[in-house]
Amino acid sequence: MANIVVLVKYVPDATGDRTFTSDNTVDRVGVDGLLSELDEYAVEEALKVVEAGDGEVTVLTVGPEQAADAVRKALQIGAHKGVHVLDDAIAGSDAAATSLVLAKAIEKIADYDIVMTGLASTDGAMSVVPAMLAERLGLPQLTFASELTIEGDTIRIRRDGDAATETIEASGKMVVSVTDQINEPRYPSFKGIMAAKKKPVETWSIADLGIEASQVGTAAAWTKVLSFEPRPPRTAGEIVTDEGDGGTKLAEYLASKKFV
Amino acid sequence: MPATRLMPTQESDDLIALTREIVDKELRPRVDEAEASATFPREVFRTLGRAGLMSLPYPEELGGGDQPYEVYLQVLEEIASAWASVGVGVSVHALSCFGLFTAGTDEQREQWLPEMLSGEQLGAYCLSEAHAGSDPAAMRTRAVRDGDDYVIDGAKAWTTHGGEADFYKVMARTSDDGGRGISCFLVPAGSPGLTADVPERKMGLTGSTTATMLFDGVRVPAGRRLGDEGQGLPIALAGLDAGRLGIAAVAVGVAQGALDVAVAYAKEREAFGKPVIEHQGLAFLLADMAAAVDSARATYLHAARMRDAGRPYGREASVAKLVATDNASRVTADAVQVLGGAGYTKDFPVERYMRETKVMQIFEGTNQIQRLVISRHLAR
Repeated sequence: MANIVVLVKYVPDATGDRTFTSDNTVDRVGVDGLLSELDEYAVEEALKVVEAGDGEVTVLTVGPEQAADAVRKALQIGAHKGVHVLDDAIAGSDAAATSLVLAKAIEKIADYDIVMTGLASTDGAMSVVPAMLAERLGLPQLTFASELTIEGDTIRIRRDGDAATETIEASGKMVVSVTDQINEPRYPSFKGIMAAKKKPVETWSIADLGIEASQVGTAAAWTKVLSFEPRPPRTAGEIVTDEGDGGTKLAEYLASKKFV
Repeated sequence: MPATRLMPTQESDDLIALTREIVDKELRPRVDEAEASATFPREVFRTLGRAGLMSLPYPEELGGGDQPYEVYLQVLEEIASAWASVGVGVSVHALSCFGLFTAGTDEQREQWLPEMLSGEQLGAYCLSEAHAGSDPAAMRTRAVRDGDDYVIDGAKAWTTHGGEADFYKVMARTSDDGGRGISCFLVPAGSPGLTADVPERKMGLTGSTTATMLFDGVRVPAGRRLGDEGQGLPIALAGLDAGRLGIAAVAVGVAQGALDVAVAYAKEREAFGKPVIEHQGLAFLLADMAAAVDSARATYLHAARMRDAGRPYGREASVAKLVATDNASRVTADAVQVLGGAGYTKDFPVERYMRETKVMQIFEGTNQIQRLVISRHLAR
């Protein structure tokens, strides 16, 4: 029996134009968005775990009204129910405040064994929320799992680092984050789209979670974005014309950059 | 730029999003190689089937998606915008299931339709013969009753998925009574005596196998006859209007794909110091292409809504097929023009689009036949 809460995030479509609001936070309202691709691996892994045994997958999101799209997509893929924490006060929250809202929401869900997340969001890309969440909930954390096996109430993961591969395990309730190497996420099906319409989604405010407005949002953030500007476009590069010595020139170029 | 669509429901909006996701991740990475090497993408149809995209217009209790043609055709258009051969295949498959759905008994439908609609089984449709294209009543393939079976002998030309399909919807003559002497059979692949001739070497749609199916004493149980003896031609013709809408949607998809490539190229490519899209000569050509794509889409959607409302739509289906395929032929040729010399090479897909749309003016009723249908409606 494993009930799993999967954290999902609604992120701006990376193929569209990014825009920012007047306080230099990412505009999440006026742009096309979607379920963060990295979260699809967490949804898939959670579904595999419950399909191999039993239990239910609850997807949890914190975000503006459109974030319901991310919940709906996860339900279409196969998750059983959804929770959407929606509150204007949350806009502009940093990772610490976001983890507070998530922790309180998970405590309210109460009936869970595993909290599963992707390795990062595709917009913020900080990878810190799983660790912050484990700290707030007082749970062990197994992060960056590229493989996951379950024996009883023990979960063992493989974490691939630059220099070494670690095998780590924990028992009881825990937070697990998974990489994009762990599985091949399934597509929703049209049946899944239809079934999702009947699945329950609850919408909670921060008041429902016992959180004060002063604990979240831009004002509570520990850091502040002062300014931003687009990175300069790539330069045209250097074209080597082969006059019989192309190979030598390429080797010289690579040596000058210390690649060889 | 994906086409802007006003879908009737949230789930149909999500269905378009799902289609685009599968098209981007599963179809686009494979299309160039498969078309260049004339490889039939059987696995792609299974992927579409698992997602429920092979059975959208059929009722839910038989495993379908219960979607109106207005929705189904737009999904088909999205598929064809990336891969015409697959779009044509989905349309042909839907048409192959149509006879069983409309003329089959409840028992026949329950026995075969769910597997066919799941996409695990791929369908083909045997109507034309070498000498009987626009005039199917001239067909000679014969089904002779022998005890509890029929024995089929003859050859059916231009069979899309010929040799690749798992089942064949076959029209064969059971009496010499002209158009009233034709019956419809559902013949499983692998039936002894059923073979595919060498596939046709075509100008386009090379990823879609087309072959003559040879029937040499093929025994088919009488329980596999759909409808009564002599009902074959009405069954076949009833499906043609729906099939014409399918091809109209496919043609709009290919034209949209060509427009997208042409616009992207015209924004990048510079001549005389500015992007070519800023030169009026090409800008107006692109504007005409966009107008042709949009108006063809509106035309097939009108016909689809007539069908969905249960109204007669034969004339509208023929108008849609005529307008969409003629427009697509022009738009894809103009896309080659926009890309100039580059468009004439196989390094860009527009020359393929141009070759692919030609046949759409020919199959599923030539555009001359469409004009005949339309003019007969006018003369009523």
